[in-house]
Amino acid sequence: MELSFSPEEIAFRDEVRAFIRDNLPGDVRKRLIEGREIGKQDIIDWQRKLNAKGWAVPHWPRAWGGQDWSPVQEFILLDELQSAPAPSPLPFNVSMVGPVIATFGNEEQKRKFLPATANLDIWWCQGFSEPGAGSDLAGLKTTARREGDHYIINGQKTWTTLAQYADWIFVLARTNPGAEKKQQGISFILVDMKTPGITVRPIQLIDGGHEVNEVWFDEVKVPAENLVGEENKGWDYAKFLLGNERTGIARVGASKQRLRRIRELAAIERAGDAKLIDAPWFREKLADVEIDLKALEITQLRVLAEARKSGKHGRPDPKSSILKIKGSEIQQATTELLLDVVGPLAMPFQGSTDPDDDGNAMPIGPDDAAEAAPTYFNWRKISIYGGSNEIQRNIIAKAILGF
Amino acid sequence: MDFDFTEEQRLLRDSVGKLFASRYADFEKRKAYAKLAEGFDRAVWAEYAEAGLLALPFDEAQGGFGGGPVETMIVMEEIGKALAIEPYLAAVVFAGAALRHGAGAAVKDDVIPKLAAGETIVAVAHTERSSRHDLEDVTTTAKRDGDHFILEGEKSVVLGGDTADWLIVSARLSGSRRDRDGIGLFLVDAKAEGVSRRGYPMQDLQRGAEISLASVRVPAARQIGDLAVLERARDETIAALCAEAVGAMEALVALTVDYMKQRKQFGVAISVFQALQHRAVDMYVALEQARSLAIFAALSAADDDEAARGKAMALAKAGVGKALHFVGQQAIQLHGGIAMTMEYKAGHYFKRLTMIDAMFGNADHHRRRLAA
Repeated sequence: MELSFSPEEIAFRDEVRAFIRDNLPGDVRKRLIEGREIGKQDIIDWQRKLNAKGWAVPHWPRAWGGQDWSPVQEFILLDELQSAPAPSPLPFNVSMVGPVIATFGNEEQKRKFLPATANLDIWWCQGFSEPGAGSDLAGLKTTARREGDHYIINGQKTWTTLAQYADWIFVLARTNPGAEKKQQGISFILVDMKTPGITVRPIQLIDGGHEVNEVWFDEVKVPAENLVGEENKGWDYAKFLLGNERTGIARVGASKQRLRRIRELAAIERAGDAKLIDAPWFREKLADVEIDLKALEITQLRVLAEARKSGKHGRPDPKSSILKIKGSEIQQATTELLLDVVGPLAMPFQGSTDPDDDGNAMPIGPDDAAEAAPTYFNWRKISIYGGSNEIQRNIIAKAILGF
Repeated sequence: MDFDFTEEQRLLRDSVGKLFASRYADFEKRKAYAKLAEGFDRAVWAEYAEAGLLALPFDEAQGGFGGGPVETMIVMEEIGKALAIEPYLAAVVFAGAALRHGAGAAVKDDVIPKLAAGETIVAVAHTERSSRHDLEDVTTTAKRDGDHFILEGEKSVVLGGDTADWLIVSARLSGSRRDRDGIGLFLVDAKAEGVSRRGYPMQDLQRGAEISLASVRVPAARQIGDLAVLERARDETIAALCAEAVGAMEALVALTVDYMKQRKQFGVAISVFQALQHRAVDMYVALEQARSLAIFAALSAADDDEAARGKAMALAKAGVGKALHFVGQQAIQLHGGIAMTMEYKAGHYFKRLTMIDAMFGNADHHRRRLAA
């Protein structure tokens, strides 16, 4: 038994650190440390730098830019990006639609989409959830009606993250409404966001930000060649996609970085006669989170070590659901700690969450105060998205405990 | 990064598993062992010796196998699953660590081979009535008298103390009650004049003793170290306890899940109810997080850097302590009344887990240590 990485892995980690240090713009890093949004162009520029290095899509097939890395090496890259902190490659592109096209798409689709997807020349968004289909995703109602060599899509998607930036959307739509089971009769279709009949409506979240959208489809005419794989097999591809993103789901690196920042801020903040960082109640709250995080870090390494043994394309390990449950709880706990740190200075609503607005208004309190409450509000989403924590419990109940 | 056992470690786990399968599969036997005069069965202890478990952590020079914290973790997990009551933790893990780290060659050569053979039991007598979990809180005194020390004081809740042939006693050579300096460890013959003890069963059917030392003469050569040695032995024992807790929790989660599948109410197995499923899942998640901490503790237990080692143990014991209360309480609740009975196994896991938290500082104690 051994907890530490191999010398080769440590050398790689150091290479990643050096790359981030030398290439990540200081203002992007600063915004991320302070919990602020970063702009669309910042995300694109960073992913292109990673892609030029060969690091945007290391888990893809080699022919399309993959690197044949071990799961451990993939993890090290993500973990270092999270803890720097630096933007991660856009998940809709690199973890979701990319692997689906690479695995189930035809050669024409691969040529057309994969290089552009890796380089973020195309920004993808995910057309899965609907008002009536959340945890019960297979209950979706959006339809794709075949007419000649086109599909005509009608329906509504929701919670579509950053649809306002997206060039394309990958959509789950019902192609056979008469199918016996609701999982059958669903297809996976790629749609250009500029197609007539698509309307994007922003949804404002409780933090005031515009991150998610409704996407409406009204008689949207899509070439049939944009179907991925076989018609009516979309549910299989969706399950593949949802099971694909496993490394980094716990976001241990991100939580470590947040705790470092919280310690820094608490060392400046005063509580009564002492510094907040010296207040026993605060230190004990911090200790609670650190205990959970250390356990999660090792649980994550255990899952990773299993993945390394079972090979890259082994079945998704249901233990990953532990990573999602505990990872989200810990991330949310860090947002509570930051609220503790900033105290009453969390209260003023400090304006725009528009990343392009540099905010000329005089800030109230330290740099991190403005985002403490919005982040606390916003991060409640983490235990809801990507399969809610209750769905994760259902997975463990069924796959591990055999209920 | 590697979480696999070596071939030798797998063999060790299998042989320990076999020992407990033959000796503990019938849960009634455990109660019978506890009713024996010494509170455990010497024949079972002899099987520990035959399987090499009593020699496991010691140097080959004293007939040991040179096993480390991972080997101890393997044994302790199995002990946890079986709810074994022999004084392995007290004698081999805790007292054994004090001997390994503190004793000189002569004392080691004298005591360890007999301990490893199952002929001698050693226990550490450090707790006092008002010391709680602080190893440096020592009022028992040791006064030099020529080539002897004279020990005077009272020790409380000495694990395995009632059957021990040797007691490793912490006593104050100088300084005041809570000073970290001036504490010695002394290897005391349990039959020496002035040693009196009252043995008793503990909540979990293991054994403890109250021990009085009235002008007990100990040869100077039997001083086997100081507070640092005691703390190091304590840290190794905490790592072992974390592993035992994981073994007990694993068995308890499995027992609970099985029971939920059998138990019918409202015409169905109660395992179909999502409220109950999710509670069982939370137990499982707590178990796996605790397992990660037990691995962390084992891999940190041999760290020579006291501060790093102490921090790792505080972190692990605090996390495991929180998990074991959750798992234990939920197991009782999900079982319902049956788990309240002395006859059924779940309650015994619950009791042992609760005692593990009480040893060497509970979850809150270690959380505060970590936060300090």
